Amino acid sequence: MNLLNIHKLNTYFPTPDGLVKAVDHVDLKIADSEKVGLIGETGCGKTVLGMSIVRLLDSSAQINGRIIYRGRDILELAEEDMRSLRGREIAMILQNPTTSLNPVMRVGDQIAEGIRLHGGLDKRAAKKRAVEILKSVMIHDAERRADQYPHEFSGGMKERAMIAIGLSCDPSIIIADEPTKGLDAKTKTQIVKLLKGVTEHKSMLMITHDLNVAASICDRVAVMYAGEILEVGKVWDVLKNPMHPYTRGFINSLPSRGLKPIRGSSPSLIDLPSGCRFCPRCDFAMEACKFKHPEITPADDGQSVRCFLYT
Amino acid sequence: MIEVCDLKKYFSSGLLKKQCVKSVDGVSFHIARGDTLGLVGESGCGKTTLGRLLLRLIEPTSGQIFFDGTDISRLNQRELRRIRPRMQMIFQDPDSSLNPRMKIGESIAEPFRLGLRGKSNRREIRDRVLELIETVGLNPEHVNRYPHQLSGGQNQRVVLARILAINPDFIVADEPTASLDVSVQAQILNLIQDLKDEYDLTLLFISHDMEIVRHMSDRIAVMEEGKIVDIGDSEIVTEAHRNLITDSMLARV
Repeated sequence: MNLLNIHKLNTYFPTPDGLVKAVDHVDLKIADSEKVGLIGETGCGKTVLGMSIVRLLDSSAQINGRIIYRGRDILELAEEDMRSLRGREIAMILQNPTTSLNPVMRVGDQIAEGIRLHGGLDKRAAKKRAVEILKSVMIHDAERRADQYPHEFSGGMKERAMIAIGLSCDPSIIIADEPTKGLDAKTKTQIVKLLKGVTEHKSMLMITHDLNVAASICDRVAVMYAGEILEVGKVWDVLKNPMHPYTRGFINSLPSRGLKPIRGSSPSLIDLPSGCRFCPRCDFAMEACKFKHPEITPADDGQSVRCFLYT
Repeated sequence: MIEVCDLKKYFSSGLLKKQCVKSVDGVSFHIARGDTLGLVGESGCGKTTLGRLLLRLIEPTSGQIFFDGTDISRLNQRELRRIRPRMQMIFQDPDSSLNPRMKIGESIAEPFRLGLRGKSNRREIRDRVLELIETVGLNPEHVNRYPHQLSGGQNQRVVLARILAINPDFIVADEPTASLDVSVQAQILNLIQDLKDEYDLTLLFISHDMEIVRHMSDRIAVMEEGKIVDIGDSEIVTEAHRNLITDSMLARV
């Protein structure tokens, strides 16, 4: 059963230069206990998609479409109802722990904050629970660490603290935004292992541009480019048999695949190409690609792709 | 080109309970002219400190650093200033390594205006800047933009253009793509590789990603807790330290 069903979601931002179409007609389903990777480059709209789900965007954002969670449309909830859902049912692990953690608040208190709000526990009980959660994310000497401030934590430990905050109210779905960004190989592996363990019975939307991380943790991946989803499929199908030329280019630019870059750069989200959005950078572009915008269509084996090469 | 002998850098902290961190602890190696030495290691192993020591951006505790035959660890500030243009650094975060209040064109023109490349008039400077902008794959319209108007990848290109304007012999690249996306990373790394060949540069390439280092380097040094534990031909070192490759680590999760 689908726990989360995103249907024709648009998130636009009006700016003096024009309308920024950060998320454009996105459809995405996440089943119970399913882990979905959302892959794409900086500025393709993946963080905005995550923020749209938890409704943490600036009030200027124009959000359209439907986000159905357990039969309820999140976008139609009153702010008060949303507040009781956020953190407890759907939690977000924000990117950049260094700037996302409050620098003047003890780490333990930051974890306890949500527990007190949602769980109705008193200060001492919440603190005790926070220490337990810190232990569960493999922080040694958790009692002492809970009383420390974020600057006393290393990069990997801060990420663990972020995960602890996300887990604090035992949500059924976690949106993790670039949880392995800026970590070295060893720490990255530890964080991936940890995330895999703690989300065993939970759903997760993992936002990342690290294909290896996605491959080791996700069931399915969605590849995002210039605000829309270009390809969806089981993680290994997409990695072994990437269909969209962008996905292929993305994989080939990995250091382990020869570091071959895709020529050009991503289009501006204000002034998008009228046909296929990848057309100006695509080596397989045909005449139709310049004028017609391809729809995402199912190919074989549950893989879907938005490209005229397959129609 | 570069010869380092028994280089040490200790940081001490605390007034009453003196604690000493041996960031770089007796490191020796050399880099031949035109070669790239890759430096890999986990966060906190001292690789950034080592890179900074090499350019004497921080003072070593002991040891010697020879740059093209001169022991730069003994130079005074004035002598150092004369040799500095020949050695440059690319930092991790391109957005914060450019002056936010300077237009891209001004940033790239600065080395010319300071007279590091001999005297040149305004028109010559403008022409050289446009030339460099093209070399690093930017467009002429970028000249009048500010760093915050460009992407991280574009800013790293500006950093490269500015470094080329100084025309150095030796560059320390400290995780130049750490904050960039994979496809942009590939573009920048390939650009560095091309520029290195074209301008005959010697490079110290610092990264925690073995796969990237292997791609960029002729030789690799592996650093652990302030010491170099292995150094040699890049294929051989990569083979011996497969555990530092992220992909293979994740494959076991």
